[in-house]
Amino acid sequence: MQNSAIEPNRILIIGATSAIAKATARIYAAKGCRLHLIARNPDALQATADDLSVRGAREVTFSMLDVNDFEKHEEALQSAMKSMSEIDVALICHGSLPDQQASEKDFDLARHEINTNGLSVISLLTSLSGYFIEQGNGTIAVVTSVAGDRGRQSNYVYGSVKAMVSTYLQGLRGRLLPHNVHVVDIRPGFVDSPMTAHIEKGALWSSPDRIGKIIVNGIGKRRHTVYAPFYWRFIMLIVRSIPEVLFKRIKL
Amino acid sequence: MEINGWGRYPKIDAQVDELVDSCRLSALLQHPNPNVQLIARGAGRSYGDSSLAQRVVSSRFLDNFIEFDAENGLLSCAAGATLEQVLDICVPQGWLLPVLPGTRFVTVGGAIASDVHGKNHHLDGCFSNFVQSITLMLASGEITTCNQTTNSQLFEATCGGMGLTGIILDAKLKLEKITSVYIEQHTLPAANLDEIFDLFEKHSGNKYSVAWIDCLAQGSRRGRSILYTGEPARYGGLEKRGRLNMTAPPVFPATLINRYSIGAFNRLYYTMQTLGRSPDLQYYENFFFPLDWIRGWNRLYGSNGFLQYQFVVPQESAKAAIDTILREISSQGKGSFLSVLKKMGPENSNLLSFPLEGYTLALDFKIEESLFPLLDKLDRIVVDNGGRIYLTKDARMSDEIFTKSYPRLDQFKKIRAQFDPDSLFGSVQSRRLGLSN
Repeated sequence: MQNSAIEPNRILIIGATSAIAKATARIYAAKGCRLHLIARNPDALQATADDLSVRGAREVTFSMLDVNDFEKHEEALQSAMKSMSEIDVALICHGSLPDQQASEKDFDLARHEINTNGLSVISLLTSLSGYFIEQGNGTIAVVTSVAGDRGRQSNYVYGSVKAMVSTYLQGLRGRLLPHNVHVVDIRPGFVDSPMTAHIEKGALWSSPDRIGKIIVNGIGKRRHTVYAPFYWRFIMLIVRSIPEVLFKRIKL
Repeated sequence: MEINGWGRYPKIDAQVDELVDSCRLSALLQHPNPNVQLIARGAGRSYGDSSLAQRVVSSRFLDNFIEFDAENGLLSCAAGATLEQVLDICVPQGWLLPVLPGTRFVTVGGAIASDVHGKNHHLDGCFSNFVQSITLMLASGEITTCNQTTNSQLFEATCGGMGLTGIILDAKLKLEKITSVYIEQHTLPAANLDEIFDLFEKHSGNKYSVAWIDCLAQGSRRGRSILYTGEPARYGGLEKRGRLNMTAPPVFPATLINRYSIGAFNRLYYTMQTLGRSPDLQYYENFFFPLDWIRGWNRLYGSNGFLQYQFVVPQESAKAAIDTILREISSQGKGSFLSVLKKMGPENSNLLSFPLEGYTLALDFKIEESLFPLLDKLDRIVVDNGGRIYLTKDARMSDEIFTKSYPRLDQFKKIRAQFDPDSLFGSVQSRRLGLSN
């Protein structure tokens, strides 16, 4: 068994064509890692794989999966395991940004978002945990969000789902500890990406590249919860401590 | 969303769509509104309104590398990849982009659309010289490739064509071999305009040359400058160096920038540079991109922004024209910190490409009301001397001046009509210049 405490070398990324995933994958590629990518769109996967190869990845393979296809999760992960035999880092990085106003009124829409951003993650984590326990080492990293720190009027559908995942990760962390498997919860703040293209940007926005660096760093240092960038920890601390009697009145 | 060019003037409100792949792009082009034109935008580093339109298609996230042949120095990448990203991959492997503009924070697509030039135009020409092929999506949604031998008319209209022939998706580039990340730089002071022109001619064999000129110096000191020549160093290795970076504050009092501060800066800079070390080994990023270390330096001109004025005049009349222009600028008390003088080689066959054989001068001006009539006056001097203005820097040239100074304009319009008959592509600039109506 390779010692992954030195430098992760075999990386699995789910949601590999998203901006944050690509930025993270590029850093691993530059280190000469072996990567397996999972995403929905075969053309985008091929283009990303080619890009990572040019950037120095030792080998890149990929497989298709729509995360809302719950039945196919096991199969997709098995194909990844077959490609790589051992995984040092599994990064779950897929997601969508719900239309809050629409999903407030339409439960089907809300349920779809909960599936995409929450239940699919939990399903994948359930299978991945099994593999990692057998393997006896490695890191599972999941990109959640600062939105999960407190339910806010402006995005509580998204926030509540991410909160569910973050809480799940806390329990999972304890369960996997005796098996030498590490669990990282990555919480980005505002990220300038195609997913947020429609939102006007301000001073607190970060580039996917910056988030990618923070993720690789956090995984390397075996952190538990990584706010990306760091200052969100303090912002959310303040947000969390506002008394509800005031908070319910702020249209944050 | 409010967008603007690097000069932060003008600013307009636009609908910006972020491209992730070409599939959704053809859908975007499907239902054109004849009154709303669309333009592609890379890093938005053109100074004026070249990448501004009511609808903008942004290629920022279209930045994949496609293939790199490290044996022969051939790189294929998507149009949104920046020159910085290209260099980060290629330089450590001993390859350099042969033509580099003054900043690495532009996209490959943008470099092609502006047909950028560098400090070696007099020897190596424009960026398009080293483009082996371009893939672009036309107004019809059709994807086609072109280069100097296939679909060459489209190629000659697209390079320097400011995005008006279609949306560049990817390109194949030919790089040149290097053995060191350093440039051997010589610093040569010139006391006045005559001397700097002599120095340029004397050093025309050097691979890279660029002069910084004090545009506020008057009388016998008019045109005093520092010429920097460069040759690729043979030693020094290919290891990347760490970067010292600063970021300009988001808000800056532009009143600090005036003829007195600029004058003082120019005098100080001239003195310091003449005392500096020559020859010297410069890390390539510092040599090619002298301002990149100040992120957002355009903010130093304040929220009203600034105008960059860059023109080229033919060899025979260059010295006289530039002399007249310098007199005009300093007599009106308008100054520029960053005045750059370069020698240029012959023009290429691209229809709207800016360079021609002669000298180019680039000036930055803080925006004030009296600036515009001055620039109109300078336009006349440039055009009367057979020169022209660089579209990538322009924010206010009239269509009359433009038409007079770009002789292959009619041919460009003909080709554009062929590939974009409904005038889907257009920018605020192209509208202003009568290019896309």
